[in-house]
Amino acid sequence: MIEYLITVVLIAAIYAIFSLGLNLEWGFTGLINFGHVAFMAIGAYTTILLNLNGVALFPSVIAGMALAGLCGGLLGIPALKLRGDYLAIVTLGFAEIVRFILLNEDWLTRGPMGLHGYSRPFEDFISGDYNFFLLLLMLIVLVACYLMLEQLIKSPWGRVLKAIREDEDVPTSLGKNVLSYKIQALMLGSAIAGLAGAFLAFYLQYINPRNFMPMETFYAWIAVVVGGSGNNKGTILGAFILWGFFSGTRFAQGYLPLSPTQIGALRIMFIGLLLILIMMFKPEGLLGKKEELTLIG
Amino acid sequence: MRNMLSVQRLKKSFGGIKAVDTSSLDVEKGGIVGVIGPNGAGKTTLFNLISGFDKPDNGAIIFDGENIAGKPSAEIARMGLIRTFQLSKALTRLTVVENMMLAPQVQYGERIWNVWLRPREVKQQEETNREKAISLLEFFGLRSKKDDYAGALSGGQKRLLEIARALMAEPKMLLLDEPFSSVNPTLTKKILEYLKTLREGGMTFLVIEHDMHIIMQLSDFLYVLNKGKVIASGVPEEVRHNERVLDAYLG
Repeated sequence: MIEYLITVVLIAAIYAIFSLGLNLEWGFTGLINFGHVAFMAIGAYTTILLNLNGVALFPSVIAGMALAGLCGGLLGIPALKLRGDYLAIVTLGFAEIVRFILLNEDWLTRGPMGLHGYSRPFEDFISGDYNFFLLLLMLIVLVACYLMLEQLIKSPWGRVLKAIREDEDVPTSLGKNVLSYKIQALMLGSAIAGLAGAFLAFYLQYINPRNFMPMETFYAWIAVVVGGSGNNKGTILGAFILWGFFSGTRFAQGYLPLSPTQIGALRIMFIGLLLILIMMFKPEGLLGKKEELTLIG
Repeated sequence: MRNMLSVQRLKKSFGGIKAVDTSSLDVEKGGIVGVIGPNGAGKTTLFNLISGFDKPDNGAIIFDGENIAGKPSAEIARMGLIRTFQLSKALTRLTVVENMMLAPQVQYGERIWNVWLRPREVKQQEETNREKAISLLEFFGLRSKKDDYAGALSGGQKRLLEIARALMAEPKMLLLDEPFSSVNPTLTKKILEYLKTLREGGMTFLVIEHDMHIIMQLSDFLYVLNKGKVIASGVPEEVRHNERVLDAYLG
């Protein structure tokens, strides 16, 4: 039972970090990124491929984050010149391109076979339950991410992002280089997704392109919206509710007279219902500020 | 006296329609110059061209001795030419004081690494900026609203906030696009006084206004635009009696 609980929290923590990256882009900057999962995939594959080729884990993770961030920036330069909706389409397409590259470039990624046999952080030093150690490490990383993001959001840098979200003509008219800030937000958000990807790989011990389906991006969107856009605590709460529910309902398997496929569909229906109820009764999200919704520009 | 802004043979068309075709428009340093004209006269387009929000097809815009025609808008703002908008743009979900603190030009904390690695310098500068913001809000009678969301202000208060925010950037010159629209008469009087006080402090203004009566009180020189062209210019008293102006306004 306790091992099971550890896994549930561990998975939730990984996706909480993933969702924090999206919240920076959408919640604070107003960027619609529908391809967030691509950067998780880039982070995971870069880390693991480097490690399998003899690079130590720590620099591999850093490289994974850096490459995810760089890809975010390179994608942002042309895409951010377009207005909102187009960024959504471009990022959605990009995520599928990345997944198909992972699936088809066997020489590099072993395609659908996926990657395994890589090392995990401090594996040789942990004698007891490794997942418990990984959970502790994960929680430390989550708290660190949260604190660093909060510090940024409360800084003048974060203020410019929020100004862009509200109306980018204003920061422009005050001399801020809006495109540069958007690219920075996208790079940082993508690097955070890359970090989550590396930890997902450590937890799973085996990754393949199926771990990075487009749906993952939208789960992160649900976490952000349920918790309250532009609220990091809310995003973490949203992620724990969502992925806690996903992992938690594996229990249900034994008690319901339904096939696994039916259970899977039922879970998605419940999430849909949750989202509808939140939008009806608490549209600002669980930890969002209600008064923000009543304001007019 | 030296010109702060000089617009020369500026042209801009949208799909064959000449929106702006202004042969010459000058603003003296320390002056308040008004631009009036009927709806669709090209006033806002002229502002968009000057502030870089639109690119001119032709012509020169000399600001403080440098040609800024076609430069990116953020760069023009950094040179000290700050604009406001016809539909006032308060940053709704930011507080009044946050709106103000967005404006200062060189902020250490606008760089990610400084936020993480030099928090003390960032904090110090924030405190200086906050004090400055609060004293400006005091001047505009908005101090008691400093922690309210900007979206909760009245239309007139948003106007004041927009002007105060522009001043926070320490501009050399302000471009005000209809600063009196949707403002009640009491507040209009107040804004007029503020602008005159600022001018005494050395600020230069170019002001678009639809309402002839207000602009006559405020400006020391007027340009009248119709269909993108300057049809008259002069001190308010001359313009008031100009027949072409009356024609343009009364149709």
